Amino acid sequence: MAEHGVAQIWRKIKSMYNIIGNHCTTCNTYYFPPRPVCPKCRRKGHLEDYKFKGLGTIHTFAIVRQVPEDFKTQAPYVMAQVELDEGTRLTAQIVNCDAEDVSIGMRVRACFRKITEFGHGGLIVYGYKFEPTMKVTGHKR
Amino acid sequence: MKKRVAIVGVGMSKFGELWDKSLRDITLEAGMYAIFDSQVSGKDIDAICIGNMSAGRFTGQEHLGALAADMGGLGHIPAYSVEAACASGGAAVRQAYMAIRSGEHDLMLVLGCEKMSDVNQSEAMRTVGVASDWEWEGLFGATFPALYAFMARRHMYEYGTTEKHLAQVTVKNHKNAEHNPWAQFQKAVPLEVVMSSGMIADPIRILHSSPISDGAAGLIMCSEEKAKQFTDTPVYIEASTQASDTLALHDRRDICTMDAAVVSSRDALKKAGLTVDDIDVFELHDSFTIGEIILTEDVGLAQKGQGGRILDEGITEIGGKYPVNPSGGLKARGHPIGATGVAQIAELVLQLRGDAEGRQVDGAEQAMAVNIGGTGATSIVHVLGR
Repeated sequence: MAEHGVAQIWRKIKSMYNIIGNHCTTCNTYYFPPRPVCPKCRRKGHLEDYKFKGLGTIHTFAIVRQVPEDFKTQAPYVMAQVELDEGTRLTAQIVNCDAEDVSIGMRVRACFRKITEFGHGGLIVYGYKFEPTMKVTGHKR
Repeated sequence: MKKRVAIVGVGMSKFGELWDKSLRDITLEAGMYAIFDSQVSGKDIDAICIGNMSAGRFTGQEHLGALAADMGGLGHIPAYSVEAACASGGAAVRQAYMAIRSGEHDLMLVLGCEKMSDVNQSEAMRTVGVASDWEWEGLFGATFPALYAFMARRHMYEYGTTEKHLAQVTVKNHKNAEHNPWAQFQKAVPLEVVMSSGMIADPIRILHSSPISDGAAGLIMCSEEKAKQFTDTPVYIEASTQASDTLALHDRRDICTMDAAVVSSRDALKKAGLTVDDIDVFELHDSFTIGEIILTEDVGLAQKGQGGRILDEGITEIGGKYPVNPSGGLKARGHPIGATGVAQIAELVLQLRGDAEGRQVDGAEQAMAVNIGGTGATSIVHVLGR
């Protein structure tokens, strides 16, 4: 039996580190997280791995103040649904900006961060968070 | 012709943080009250179905079917629990409905229960969170309130819903719960207090959120022929429907609409041969107040986007055109997860019998309950009539 959470995270590393989802070539839909079956085409679907560009727009967000035990050191933090440019949405933290500067429609890009730790001395989980693009490029949108 | 299914007894435990009572105490209490209310005796009961989300994580106990049969002294009858997150209770009612309608069972005890206060708040939050897509939402830090905050923020952005609207649902539901002896919070709360309560996930405040609760509810359900042996005033289930949607909120077509609720409520009205205007009283799933706002739209009490504004007109109050949550809803009655769907039905049975006392909707003849699992991934709808 694996240590608490190790195998559960390890098997998702490809997706969590590099935002690799999949693309159905039958209906031309992009999926993240990757799906085992294309829900639109089912058996007629053909899924191929796809590495997302990691660029998107904030669809909605929340400032999380009552946080889970494993996120105590990060409170408060901004969680958002990011609509990726390929057309699918994911749930991620927004970093590198003040909570009050976050808005719906804001352009963001993926960055690699520590997500959480499973308790003291436990597994450290890494993966994607998102940051405003303007911090990097100096451009507004 | 398929059998009609009746409800001939309802029972509730008190809802709240019941530190002196265990899961088996409250479950037995609700079941016994339902049996006493119905006048049936233990030997009339063919089977037990229990709605429960996560007794294993909340209390360390699973196998609740056998536990209930054992505690109730009901012998060797079949007994099992069903799970659909916050819609587990509705799922139990629907399972019994199907079993009786098929003729396999004649008379069943339906229970819903959850004991949430035996773990600390952090563990309770974690367990509630597994009703969402844990691997792709919860793991990244999205708490359950954060997911409803996603809906609230987007609803405000698209339709101009305000923080005051979120608070008005709380004020209405607490006012109703003043007259519900089983409710966790039997007291009114002023708008200013709701609007200045602590933020848990902006824009959601603690008083926009249902509490952590212990509680159980029970029903005695049977075929129409059988019902006549026990009562002259049975309440009938005119329709029972269920629909699913994506597990994760980020995969939904529109996060301001619960498509599963739209599908299942339309389907239920069609099966019952009714329109929404024929329904006299509603119990809608307000685990967060934005949930009630969205569901009033999805069920058809308000145009899309107007779920906030109808609160200004008072049409969802007792005495309004579409009374919603006369029991106090999940917000004020409390939300012991697996019990909720059964408690909604128990409330509506009392309403249809005219036994709801200070919170009675006058002359109610048809009623609808919408029980939601997760952030809208499951919707279970029941239409009742007398």
